[in-house]
Amino acid sequence: MDGPLAGNPSNGAPLAGSPPRLAGSPPRPQPARRPGAGPRHAARNAPQTTGSVDATSNPAAMARRSRAQSRVRWELLRNLIRKDIKVKYKGSTLGFAWSLANPLLLLVVYTFVFQVVFKSGVPRFGIYFLSGLLVWNAFAGSVSTACGSVVGNANLVKKVRFPLAVLPLSAVGFAAVHFVLQLLVLLVLTMALGYPLIGGGLLLLVPASAVALIFTVGMSMLVSALSVRFKDVPHLIEVALMAWIWLNPMVYAFGLIQQRLHEYTWIYELNPMAVVVMAFQRAIYVDANATKPDGTPLQVLADPGYVYYLERLAMAGGISLAVLALGVWVFRKLQADFAEDL
Amino acid sequence: MSQTSPLPPAAGSAPAAGPTPTVGRPAGATASVSAGLLPTGGASARGGAVAAGSGPAVIRAAGVSKKFVSYHKRATSLKEAFVRRGGLAGEDFWALRDINIEIPRGQTVGLAGANGSGKSTTLKVLAGILRPTSGKVEVHGRIASLLELGAGFNGELSGRDNVYLNASLLGLSKREIDRLFDSIVDFAELHHKIDDEVKHYSSGQYVRLGFAVAVHVDPDILLVDEVLAVGDEAFQRKCLAKIDEFRNQGRTILFVTHSLDLIENMCDRVVVLEAGKVIHDGAPGVGTKLLRQRLGSSPTEGAGAYGTATVRPETLSFSALPGTAPQIAYNPGDSMTMSVGIEVAEGAPAAIRARCVVVGQNEIPIWVMDTPAEGIPVSPGFTVLDYTIGSLPALLGAFAVRVEVADAATGSPITSRRFHELFGIDGSHAEGLVHVDYEARPRA
Repeated sequence: MDGPLAGNPSNGAPLAGSPPRLAGSPPRPQPARRPGAGPRHAARNAPQTTGSVDATSNPAAMARRSRAQSRVRWELLRNLIRKDIKVKYKGSTLGFAWSLANPLLLLVVYTFVFQVVFKSGVPRFGIYFLSGLLVWNAFAGSVSTACGSVVGNANLVKKVRFPLAVLPLSAVGFAAVHFVLQLLVLLVLTMALGYPLIGGGLLLLVPASAVALIFTVGMSMLVSALSVRFKDVPHLIEVALMAWIWLNPMVYAFGLIQQRLHEYTWIYELNPMAVVVMAFQRAIYVDANATKPDGTPLQVLADPGYVYYLERLAMAGGISLAVLALGVWVFRKLQADFAEDL
Repeated sequence: MSQTSPLPPAAGSAPAAGPTPTVGRPAGATASVSAGLLPTGGASARGGAVAAGSGPAVIRAAGVSKKFVSYHKRATSLKEAFVRRGGLAGEDFWALRDINIEIPRGQTVGLAGANGSGKSTTLKVLAGILRPTSGKVEVHGRIASLLELGAGFNGELSGRDNVYLNASLLGLSKREIDRLFDSIVDFAELHHKIDDEVKHYSSGQYVRLGFAVAVHVDPDILLVDEVLAVGDEAFQRKCLAKIDEFRNQGRTILFVTHSLDLIENMCDRVVVLEAGKVIHDGAPGVGTKLLRQRLGSSPTEGAGAYGTATVRPETLSFSALPGTAPQIAYNPGDSMTMSVGIEVAEGAPAAIRARCVVVGQNEIPIWVMDTPAEGIPVSPGFTVLDYTIGSLPALLGAFAVRVEVADAATGSPITSRRFHELFGIDGSHAEGLVHVDYEARPRA
């Protein structure tokens, strides 16, 4: 303890004290209460009465309290999603209605463009397109928001200890909330327009949504972590998403792919989002086959049955789980350095 | 002079040598805090230091080092990451080297040191925000880190929403926040504005709300960076009172501060860092003395950076007459010579002025001695200037000296240095600084 002081030449001298101490050196009455004797000190040694501190004497309780700050909690995630929604719609008169009106407007525009102007031959093109687009938008929205989720919260990441994974997860949650509501709007719209909605097919939405969720979470965690370290990633993702949208049978019918790729169609189906989009179309859209204006038959959907989709979804699910594992692993590995890299 | 100390000999040694803040009491000290504002004996009496905590260690850092890789050396693009595979060892900066700290439950520990000594990095490593390059950190319990008040507030949201969000981030459940909400708003004194958007808060209100949330998360461990430097005096007082309350509740507190008074009054123990290493870990009295020594004589203040100045005051000594043996205790009327050794480098002005400011407690200038206006011619090498005082005034106290050198031709300052060396004058027998002849009697 004295080691560091030894180097000070004036240390051993009689005047070692610094000025204030000398000024106070003539004897003066000591206040009655000295630290160490007063109630303050006594309180420190007395048995703790505060409930919270009592709880902490228990190591298990301590560990639990410590974990609450490092584990992703559903409640925290919900709060963050709610915050994002609140912030996004704050001050806009229509608020959330904007997001719900979105599919409606898209439906009108795309029906006009691809049915009236281009005559793609896909009947009720708007519904066909939207049934795939909504899930794709949810995916693309999550991933591109997730890119900036950690970087954009640099201040928080650098100053507060909290489970960092909630950042990309809240990006997914935010998109998911919109997706679910927009999907409902689409279903209502389909019925309102008098199109048949077969009951059984809708069940396909469940596994398809699950695969989409797993894949989206995996990708979001992956890109959010990589974006912190590698500043190119957000740009890369932006471009990749633009290209990727064409790898899904949304604007064109899946039949076109089968006609071109034949036995290599499985390569196309390695893309989990393509499978998800196909399954969504199968669930919401009913016309498996159509006839083009020039009389040639057009296979709009891949298969009229459901087994085909379940098989593909199983494979896409496997790929998605692998992506999720990779995403979680990369995020875990990199997150300890986020505060430093930002 | 220390023999006249009213304190017991044990406290009269180095630990007690820190100043008593009877005059320089920090503005923020509250009534309850000031119970601890006693002669340094207080600090050392409380602080058999390491023994003050009770129970097992809640924070344990073993052999913690932290290396920062300078930004431009880091692979921040994908290309670099592939191209450079483990290549180039960049200019690494070791912010922390082999830090070993063990803090038992209930201890209040100050973390001090010059700027850049690694205090904030230490706090961040302990808070689990930065990963140590090597070594191991163990923390048991809920941490509230007041590294920045109101970090994570969203300006677009109301104060209420932000309280919920922030507390949620810090690990509280909705039910807990519901229960604490009123208390948080009370503490922040923001009843009238809690439903306003935070972007319309003043910076003081913002900080108040941030502090209120942080202290209400019921932390087992409170990590406080220099956040208490913000806010008005009333708020600082409130913060200190809250921290004091935490101490009494047996929570563990680790805070970074530059205030030596705070260290002496609030801490059971002080850890002093220098260039990323622990140079002192123990009694606050010793720590503050060490700090005063390191900071006080640190030759960085003043116009020019000391390290690059062409004229640098290097040494200071006191003697009765020029060239006689050093002596530091004087009586009024004695003669004294103050010898300042000045290192002059190439490129220095031909003539310099050197001003000695004799300072007392709280750096109050007592008197000033200057060289003649036309300056003193100097040439590269080592020069000693003697300032001889024929008869010292009847002062009481110990005094230090700040030497300021300037270019005599232009008058522009070159550098300054505040020496830690002290000399004492044993003048008055009353408590004042100066001895004055007077008589007291009722008016006839």
